[in-house]
Amino acid sequence: MQQQAVRKKGSVLAANRYHRQVLFAPIGEAGQEKLSQSHVLIVGVGALGSSSAEALARAGVGKLTLIDRDYVEESNLQRQQLFSELDMKNKLPKAVAAKQRLAAVNSLIEIEAIVGDAEADNLSQLVSQVDLIIDATDNFETRLLLNDLAQKYRKPWIYGACVASYGITFTVIPDQTPCLQCLQDYIPQQGATCDSVGVIQPVVQKVTSHQVTEALKLLTGNEANLSGKLTAFDLWKNQHTEVDVATLRNPDCPSCSEARSYPNLAYDARMKTTVLCGRDTVQLRPQSKQVELAEVARELQKNKQIQLVRNPYLLSFEVDSFRIVLFQDGRALIHGTMDQMEAKNIYYRYLS
Amino acid sequence: MAMKIIVNGDGLAVSEDIKHIKDLLDYLGVADKPLIVEHNQQILQKEAHEQSVLTEGDKIEIVHFVGGG
Ligand SMILES: [Zn+2]
Repeated sequence: MQQQAVRKKGSVLAANRYHRQVLFAPIGEAGQEKLSQSHVLIVGVGALGSSSAEALARAGVGKLTLIDRDYVEESNLQRQQLFSELDMKNKLPKAVAAKQRLAAVNSLIEIEAIVGDAEADNLSQLVSQVDLIIDATDNFETRLLLNDLAQKYRKPWIYGACVASYGITFTVIPDQTPCLQCLQDYIPQQGATCDSVGVIQPVVQKVTSHQVTEALKLLTGNEANLSGKLTAFDLWKNQHTEVDVATLRNPDCPSCSEARSYPNLAYDARMKTTVLCGRDTVQLRPQSKQVELAEVARELQKNKQIQLVRNPYLLSFEVDSFRIVLFQDGRALIHGTMDQMEAKNIYYRYLS
Repeated sequence: MAMKIIVNGDGLAVSEDIKHIKDLLDYLGVADKPLIVEHNQQILQKEAHEQSVLTEGDKIEIVHFVGGG
């Protein structure tokens, strides 16, 4: 009985609620109905994930699933639009805080929040159930995993990333576009991250404007309007670039070709973490080979707060209450924690 | 004699020492990064950077992947 009343109230609300979007001819009534039947997975609920989630919730996507392993910190508030000072004070998991805010924004949709690592096991189940995936992660390890799962289950996913005033996005459509693995030669080993060169909030919004618009096109049957290009921009330098990367589709790609083996789904491709007992330390061992310490050091030194100690075999620095040691073979020790997830977060923030 | 080319939509005057795409990337200080480079709307394979000759008015787009989110 009560349920019925809620539903009725919902439909009355809905008539007005999406009016401006329904008036937009490429979406219309039919498109709106498709949106309400859609399920989108958002991987990562930091800056990009907050922004995409809010836009898709307001647009009336029927179900959103959010996954994130982090909790809200003070430095998030400058750009992660779903979070408040209270969330920070309460150290709420981002997925949980996001769900609360989104539910207040749109009570007509379903929101699923998962506090956890985007790993092969849990992602696999999620990817198989959704219509598309929005990438809002902060590392390529997870993206490559996501890429393989998206290929495996034939789901579109929308890459997005930003740093400083620069943003980049690309929509990966199975059997049509190159996948991320096809482009792996262009993926940086140690890219600049938000924590070493910073990021301004408007670039987040511009990246998600592209991601969300591509998502709306896909979900409403407007595939013909998809960008089809790799789009990059620098808001500060007033640059906007679109590159047709179709020729980079690799006919022998291990993730998207006929002879696919999904290399990123293999257990070995995942970072191994080990708690070093009695040392208040976590060791992280990424599968990916040697690191160029000089290059890592150069990136880190852009952050003036980091004091580096270096020798030919390792580099070490302190940040917050942690001491991080990176070895040439790619191993890192995070001192000051025994929480594997926390150690991974620090690793991605400064060393990925 | 300077040559004028267009890099990511902006005009750029470069000296005659800059003959190939590789020279341009060196000049811009980005040669050691993994970049997607488009030269007059053709994506270049990395191996082609040293051979691709720049001429007046060429359009070059340079894009790099980043990880942050
Ligand atoms: Zn591929």
